[in-house]
Amino acid sequence: MEIFQAITNMTAVGLAQHMVNGISLGSLYALIAIGYTMVYGILLMINFAHADIVMMACYFALFGITTFHIPWYLTFVLTIALTALLGVTIERAAYRPLRDAPKNSVLISAIGASFLLENLATYVFTGRPLHFPDIPFLSSMISVGGVQIQAICLFIPIVTVVCLTVLLHIVNHTKTGMAMRAVSKDYEIARVMGVNIDNIISITFAIGSSLAAIGAIMWGIRYPGITPYLGVMPGLKCFIAAVIGGIGNIKGAVIGGFILGLGEILIVAFFPQFSGYRDAFAFLMLIWILFYKPTGLLGEKTTEKV
Amino acid sequence: MNKDKRNIMLTLVALVVLFGVACFAQTEIDSYVRRIINLCLIYAIIGLSMNITNGFAGQFSLGQAGFMAIGAYMVGIFTVPVNLRADVFYATPMHPWLVNIYIPLWLALILGGVLAAVVAGLIGTPVLRLRGDYLAIATLGFSEIIRIVITNATSITNGALGIKNIPPLNDVRYIFLVTAISYIIITLLLNSSYGRAFKAIREDEIAAEAMGIGLFYHKNLAFMVSAFFAGIGGGLYGALLGTVDPKNFLFTITYNFLLIIVLGGMGSITGSMFGAIIVTAGLEYLRLFDEPLEIMGVAIPLFRPGLRMVVFSILLMICVLFWRHGIMGTNELTWEKILNFVKHPLAGFRKKGVQGK
Repeated sequence: MEIFQAITNMTAVGLAQHMVNGISLGSLYALIAIGYTMVYGILLMINFAHADIVMMACYFALFGITTFHIPWYLTFVLTIALTALLGVTIERAAYRPLRDAPKNSVLISAIGASFLLENLATYVFTGRPLHFPDIPFLSSMISVGGVQIQAICLFIPIVTVVCLTVLLHIVNHTKTGMAMRAVSKDYEIARVMGVNIDNIISITFAIGSSLAAIGAIMWGIRYPGITPYLGVMPGLKCFIAAVIGGIGNIKGAVIGGFILGLGEILIVAFFPQFSGYRDAFAFLMLIWILFYKPTGLLGEKTTEKV
Repeated sequence: MNKDKRNIMLTLVALVVLFGVACFAQTEIDSYVRRIINLCLIYAIIGLSMNITNGFAGQFSLGQAGFMAIGAYMVGIFTVPVNLRADVFYATPMHPWLVNIYIPLWLALILGGVLAAVVAGLIGTPVLRLRGDYLAIATLGFSEIIRIVITNATSITNGALGIKNIPPLNDVRYIFLVTAISYIIITLLLNSSYGRAFKAIREDEIAAEAMGIGLFYHKNLAFMVSAFFAGIGGGLYGALLGTVDPKNFLFTITYNFLLIIVLGGMGSITGSMFGAIIVTAGLEYLRLFDEPLEIMGVAIPLFRPGLRMVVFSILLMICVLFWRHGIMGTNELTWEKILNFVKHPLAGFRKKGVQGK
C-alpha cells in the first residue's frame, strides 16, 4: 500500500527529476562496471584497484585544470591517457608477477594495490575533500520542461552509449577484440594459438582504465567533492553491477549498472525513510542474484571441472 | 603419548610464564607501551579468527570488520555505567528497554561473540555457496551492511556519534587471559577432525565432498567460529579504546588482519601470532614517518601525515609479491622444533643431506 501511496504522491516533474538522476548515475556505474567485467573475463580476478583508478583519474583532471591551467578539453584527453597508463602499470607491477600464483594471492595483491593507491592519494593530495573545477556549460544547471538538471546529465548517457558502441565494435570486429575473446574463453589454448597474452591483457587494462577515466571525469563534474576514498563505494557497486549482468559480459555490465543506478535513486525517492540504507541496496541485489541466477542476467552457464 | 604429555606441560608452563610477564608489564610498564601490547594481543585474536576461514578452510572472507563491530557495540551498549548513558545518548535518547540493562564486560564479550556468530550463520547460508572472489566481495558487502545498520539504528547504537564513556580496559592480564583462552580453543578445534575437514576443503572442495565431508556444514562452522572470535576481539578493541564509532569499523581495518595472516602465513596458528605482533608493533612504530623529521637542521619534506600508511601498504605489496608464504607458510612452530633448535642450534644451517651423519 505504501508503495502506491508514494507513487501517487509523486508528480510527473518529480518523477522525471529522479529518472534523470537515476539514468545518469546508472550510466556512470555502467562505464566503470565495464572495466571490472573485462578484467574479470580475462584474468578471472576482481581488479580491486579499478575503483582507485577512477579516484586517481578525478585527481588528474582536477589538478590538470586547477594547478596546471590546461584547457579543460585537453585535460580530459590527458587524463584518459594518464589513467590508461596507470592501469597498465598496476597490471605490470601487481598482477603480472602473480600470473601463475594461487588465486587468493592475486586477490590479496589486488587489495594491496587498491590500498596503496588510496594511501598514496591521501598522502600526496591530503584527505581533505577538494572541489572539482566548474566546466563551462557542462556544470551549469539548465531547465528542461520544469525539470532542473545539470547539463552534464544530458551528456552522460550519450557518452556511455557512444563508448559502448565503440567498445563493442573493437571487441567483436577487430583482430585485437578477437584475441581478447579468445583469451577469456581459454587462456592456454589462446597462448598456443599464438596470441600474445601479455599484450592483450595490457590492452584490456588500458581500455578498461580509459573508460574508467571517462566515467571519473563525468563523476567529478556531477559530484564535485573529490576525496581519496571516493572510488570505494562506487567501485564495489560497479563490480556488483558486473556480477548482476553476468561477469565477463560487456552488455550485461551496462544493464547491471543501469539497474543499480536507477534502483538506488528510485528507492530513495519513493522511501525517503530508507535513504540511510541506499548503499545496502546493491549488496542485497548481489545476494539475491547470486542466490537465484549465479551466472548473472546474460552470463553463460559454466560447470566446475575436477 | 609421552611426547604429547610433554608438549602440553611445556605449553602450560609457557602460558604461566607469559602470564607472569603480563602481570609484570601491568605494574612496571607505562600505559602507552601497555596499550601497544594489548593491541597486539587483540589483533592476534582477530588475526587468528580470520585465519580459520581464510587460511584453514580456504574461504576468502573479508567480513571481519563487521563482526568486530558487533562485538564492540555489544560492549559499548551494555557496559557504559547506567548513570553516564544520558551524556552519551544526548542527541537521541537510548531505547527505554536497554537503558537500565548493565552487563559485566566478560559477559558482554561472550554475548557479542555469540551474536556475531549468529549473524555469521545467517549470512553464511546464502554467501558460503559462493567461491573465491565472489565470497570476498559478498562478505565485504555484508560487513558494510552491518556498519550501515549500526549507523542508522540511532536509538540503540547512538548512530554516527558513537558511544563514549566505556570503562577503559588497559589491563594486560585480562586481555592476555582472553587471548590465551581463544588461542587454546582455536588450536584444539583446528587439531580436531573439524580442523582436518577444513584443511581438506581448502585443498580441494570436490575431493573433500567425495570423501564424505559436509561442505556446507563445515564452511558454515568455520565462518561462525571465526565470527565468534572476531566479535570477542572487537569487544576487547572497543573496551581498550574506551569508545566505539562506526568509522572504526570501515572495511579498511580488515586489511590489517589480512596483512597479519599473509605475513604470518595463511594456515598457521603460530604464524598469525607472530604476524599480529610484527604488524601491530610495526604500525605503531612506523608513526615516526608521520612526524616531521629534521636531520642536522634540514627538514625532510617527505615526512608528513599519511606516509606511514603508504609505507604500510608498500610492505603489504612486497610481502604478497615476493614472500607469498609469509613467515611460517602452513607450518607451525612446535616444541619439537624449538627443542631441536636448542639442542643443535646450527642444524638448520647445514645442508639437508648431511644431517644425521
